[in-house]
Amino acid sequence: MTGFRKACTVMAAALLSLTLLAGSALAEKVNLTFYFPVSVGGPITKIVEGMTEQFMKEHPDIQVTPVYAGIYRETLTKALTALRGGEPPHVAVLLSTDMYTLIDEDAVVAYDDILKPEEMGFTKAFFPGFMRNSQTGGKTWGIPFQRSTIVMYWNKEAFKAAGLDPEKGPANWNELVEMGKKLTVRDASGKVTQWGVAIPSTGYAYWMFQALAIQNGVELMNAEGTKTFFDAPKAVEALQFLVDLAHKHEVSPKGTIDWATTPRDFFERKTAIMWTTTGNLTNVRNNAQFPFGVGMLPASARPGSPTGGGNFYIFKKASPAERKAAVAFVQWMTSADRAAQWGIDTGYVAVRPDAWETPAMKDYVAKFPVAAVARDQLAHAVPELSTHDNQRVTKALDDAIQAALTGSKKPAEALKDAQKEAERILRRYGK
Amino acid sequence: MPPAVRSPAAMRNIHAWLLLLPAMAFIAAFTHYPAVNTFIHSFFLDGRGGAPAQFVGLEHYQYLLEDEVFHKALVNNLLFACGTIPLSISLAMTMAFLVNAGLAGQSALRLCYFVPTVLPMIAVANIWLFFYTPEYGLLEQIRGALGLTGVNWLGSEATALPCVIAVAVWKDAGFFMIFYLAALQQIPPSLGEAAMLEGASRFYYYRKVVIPLLMPTTLFVLVNATINAFRMVDHLFVLTQGGPNNASSLLLYYIYEVSFKYWDTGYGAALTMVLLGFLALASIGQFGFLERKVHYR
Repeated sequence: MTGFRKACTVMAAALLSLTLLAGSALAEKVNLTFYFPVSVGGPITKIVEGMTEQFMKEHPDIQVTPVYAGIYRETLTKALTALRGGEPPHVAVLLSTDMYTLIDEDAVVAYDDILKPEEMGFTKAFFPGFMRNSQTGGKTWGIPFQRSTIVMYWNKEAFKAAGLDPEKGPANWNELVEMGKKLTVRDASGKVTQWGVAIPSTGYAYWMFQALAIQNGVELMNAEGTKTFFDAPKAVEALQFLVDLAHKHEVSPKGTIDWATTPRDFFERKTAIMWTTTGNLTNVRNNAQFPFGVGMLPASARPGSPTGGGNFYIFKKASPAERKAAVAFVQWMTSADRAAQWGIDTGYVAVRPDAWETPAMKDYVAKFPVAAVARDQLAHAVPELSTHDNQRVTKALDDAIQAALTGSKKPAEALKDAQKEAERILRRYGK
Repeated sequence: MPPAVRSPAAMRNIHAWLLLLPAMAFIAAFTHYPAVNTFIHSFFLDGRGGAPAQFVGLEHYQYLLEDEVFHKALVNNLLFACGTIPLSISLAMTMAFLVNAGLAGQSALRLCYFVPTVLPMIAVANIWLFFYTPEYGLLEQIRGALGLTGVNWLGSEATALPCVIAVAVWKDAGFFMIFYLAALQQIPPSLGEAAMLEGASRFYYYRKVVIPLLMPTTLFVLVNATINAFRMVDHLFVLTQGGPNNASSLLLYYIYEVSFKYWDTGYGAALTMVLLGFLALASIGQFGFLERKVHYR
């Protein structure tokens, strides 16, 4: 009996010391949960997981758990739900445009509140065009990661078949319509077998529409994110043009065009020209069975595209040690070499000028010159639509665009309704 | 214990209540408490970023009257119910008759009918997304072969809602069929034989004998179908996200959007009260009125 008791004591002591050991090991290692979205085709999840593994190899004291959380909207919903549940992620890639929403929710912490002023110099390394959506009130809230602009892809074979110069995409709206007419192919019964152009109108309808509005010379919101100008005459004109593509010129399918299947339509030769994010570039490169061109969006009064895509945010709930570790992770993920590799792997715009000077990127651009189109378009880029209560305001605009496209409202009426709704939503912020 | 203190009847009552207690505790904790809490919450406007909620009285309910998206979702939901309930029930009954008729290969047929039920809704919706895809989706390929022009099924306001109704019916009918099949097998074959001897036609036998005997099952299925009509929104996430322009948005989907996308939980609570009201009305109608017409053996 005593032998047994002795054995028990020894066992207990051993267990206790083991637990203590494990405890101290855990205390040294910082655990980070990292939410990320995927909004383009291709093996993005694998690439992100590969990057975090590489990071952990170089930083053995930090453990990062990447969590794929859906498209951008779903990722935001998940992060905010987790926040209300008391366990938000430590770091997440969310739309740059959700900055005001995240600040209003008191969800995120500014980088300036984690780092000393002299350590904030690293934010100057990024393209200023991307930082405009990442800073407000003199503080930096997001660090650019998977950033993009909208670009135009075209099928060179279809251009040749239509008797067009395959090396030149449409440079302005008129050319887009003219070329679109030539590229729209109908069979003997009049059924369309190939459309001229596809501008998606689900998922990110407001983003595509904002491109048209910018080109037509109007901005949709003020810099503080408290006012929108959806029903400006130039904006109505832009929406009318989008509707006309399908209904008047008949170069685009009627009804809404799905965001997710648009690249597929392009691969299947159902559309000769498509507008989508540059983040799809590598997807198109791997899947298009024909030579394709990439160009800046056509101009009306001016060329232009909104910027888009996601920033790294750090959540307020994180402890000081976790915040430091998160900053280390963010800085590593957005370093020149990583940004270059990420751009090559996906097609997103490498977010800093020095990334374009790395040997890997120089080599890539030499072999695949269209990779630089989105970067060059940055000169004409305008920040993406971003307001307080962003999801709700963009939803009002999305609804208006879809109502106009499906013909249930006239563009002017639809945008007026959206403006009214946006004013109601923003009433508590406008001062 | 002195036996004279409590009469046997009182003891029985106490026993009954004690036996009911665990179930009642669960219902109170997971149904009644949240419902009451939601009701209270519907009078408040959430504070942003952890600020305390502000009492706004009936403001949310007033906004219900002018919220066009809500009106649309409500009308859509009624149409969705009117579409899915009769269609899925009649389809389920027909399928049950078919697989109960003793045809060759009926186990294979039963399996086919039941498969949609066991598949997760999200997977099912992805399959249907391919069916509905414009230009090269299954539906369009068939129509193309017949020489018909293209329809953008999920991208037009006129067709989006019927499309999601079709998916819901397809998903539900197999599930309800199982209940009908079980009920059919409970019907003694002697009834059929007697009807045959009396010279009743097959149709007459089904109409006057089988369908009335199925009424308890029909009531049960009806309750479930009604609940499903207000509860089933999974496929919207994949197929249409409520679009285009809210043409296929349903009440519960709109509640999700308001509460979890916009974090306007106060208004979301007011919307939830409307949904609760509808379900209460439906169950009063079904149990109060219809049940009297049901023949239980």
